[in-house]
Amino acid sequence: MTTTLLLLLSLLIGAIALIWLARYDSRAFRIATPIVFGLLVLWMWQLACTGYGVPFVLLPPPSDIAVAMATHVPMLAADFHQTVLRAVIPGWLMGSGSGLLAAIALDGSPFLRRGVLPLGSLVSAMPIVGIAPIMVMWFGFDWQSKAAVVVAMTFFPMLVNAGAGLAQTGAMETDLMRTYAAGYRTTLLKLRLPSALPFVFNALKLNATLALIGAIVAEFFGTPIVGMGFRISTEAARLDLGVVWAEIVVAAAIGTLCFALLSLLERAVTFWHPSYH
Amino acid sequence: MNRVLPVLCVLAVVIAVWFAASVPMNWSQAQALADDDATWTDIAEATQSLSRPLLPTPAQVAGEMVTTLVGYPVTSPRSLLHHALVTAWESALGLAISLAAGIALAVGIVYVRTLDRTLMPWLVASQAIPVLAIAPMVVVVLGNIGVTGVLPKALIAGWLSFFPITTGMVKGLRSSDVMQRDLLHTYSATKLQAFTKLRWPASMAFLFPAMKVAAPLALVGAIVAELPTGAQAGLGARLLTGSYYGLTLQIWAALLMAALLAVLAIGLVDAAQALLVRSRGGRL
Repeated sequence: MTTTLLLLLSLLIGAIALIWLARYDSRAFRIATPIVFGLLVLWMWQLACTGYGVPFVLLPPPSDIAVAMATHVPMLAADFHQTVLRAVIPGWLMGSGSGLLAAIALDGSPFLRRGVLPLGSLVSAMPIVGIAPIMVMWFGFDWQSKAAVVVAMTFFPMLVNAGAGLAQTGAMETDLMRTYAAGYRTTLLKLRLPSALPFVFNALKLNATLALIGAIVAEFFGTPIVGMGFRISTEAARLDLGVVWAEIVVAAAIGTLCFALLSLLERAVTFWHPSYH
Repeated sequence: MNRVLPVLCVLAVVIAVWFAASVPMNWSQAQALADDDATWTDIAEATQSLSRPLLPTPAQVAGEMVTTLVGYPVTSPRSLLHHALVTAWESALGLAISLAAGIALAVGIVYVRTLDRTLMPWLVASQAIPVLAIAPMVVVVLGNIGVTGVLPKALIAGWLSFFPITTGMVKGLRSSDVMQRDLLHTYSATKLQAFTKLRWPASMAFLFPAMKVAAPLALVGAIVAELPTGAQAGLGARLLTGSYYGLTLQIWAALLMAALLAVLAIGLVDAAQALLVRSRGGRL
């Protein structure tokens, strides 16, 4: 009874606060509003879990997740090392890098481009994570197979995006480069690659999430007894949901961090782009 | 023809490379199984017809597809069609859930300023989060409170495909021209009329591309959600049992089936879009 009252009261106060916050347009208010909303959700989650006695195996309260995170730091660090440092980052770099190189290679031949790009966009719409069991068979249980899945998942989005970016150079700029008597390589390096950069960054950001998903899901198919996907699947089966949520929080934090870093890098590298003026 | 020929050429090269690669990939296994006096041509021939090859040839995968698609009745758990239908049904249900929830939320975000300011940043941030990681937990927890079968998988599929639909619809509902909105205002149209006659029709140009992104995501969600439930039915189950027992042909067939389902889903979205375009006299 008191819990219900408290929840309704929090909801009311929170809603009034949010409506008030949303009325102002300054930067500080724009940042504060979603943060207040997030805190409200956490608070009501905590209140409902403890107040109604929601079973731990159904939904642990945020405080227990925080405790699980604090008590399992070495394990979380080992999982992070195995999944992110060994599988996600090398796979993401190799997949995105080879996708970019392939897009540049295709660029020289219109015939190949017309043949490969439609297939590439088709493949990037397919459930590529499904190749995880095959990669586990080929490359073994350890991080190599996970990195291979990540390479396969990140290659095609980069190929398609970079291909589209290279194809959209303006005719005016291309003509200008011709009047400078610039060759193919100079035009590529000075004009077309830079103007394709927004597309490349788009693919890099997309790939960061895809790479995390690929590595985590690939671990569901067999892995040494360390890694974020392994931990999530085994601890979910053992109903130790505090640890599962802790891993999910870590994964979400890594995803957001990568996205933020890539956005910063994009701003620094493509400062000339109209979207930043 | 100018568009089809290059694609066909590239496809032919891919299949040729696949055939060529299957010889060295399966060589050691074929050699181990061969008689002592087998010549290297015998071994090369044997690489093309192993029962559990490291890399099945395209012909083997096609054969496996045909036998499991038409060789068993649809009700049999050996039928690939049975598993494909299970997964297709889960993803379709998930897509329906995400369409309903995504459009409702988008309408809320467009019309209620508070919702826009509180939810939009979270929606954008959520794109960077590997949501698929929660799939096993959701399935296990729902199974724990007695929710099993199609619903947990549909929920995961819906959860995964929900974000592109919401952000697409928010953009779409805001995409109508200010001039046109002002015009409706001068006609003293109500908010509801402006919605049904201008905003909603204008948003369709954004809904269909969003659905083309969402449909394959729903498929991935359904497949991954099938993994932790003990592999009863569905393409995810085929992948998992194939991986347990080393049945490579089964894995490749399930994978190809999943790819076909993705193509089919995108084709259906395209067809729906074409229908709408025709009913609107040639414009979206």
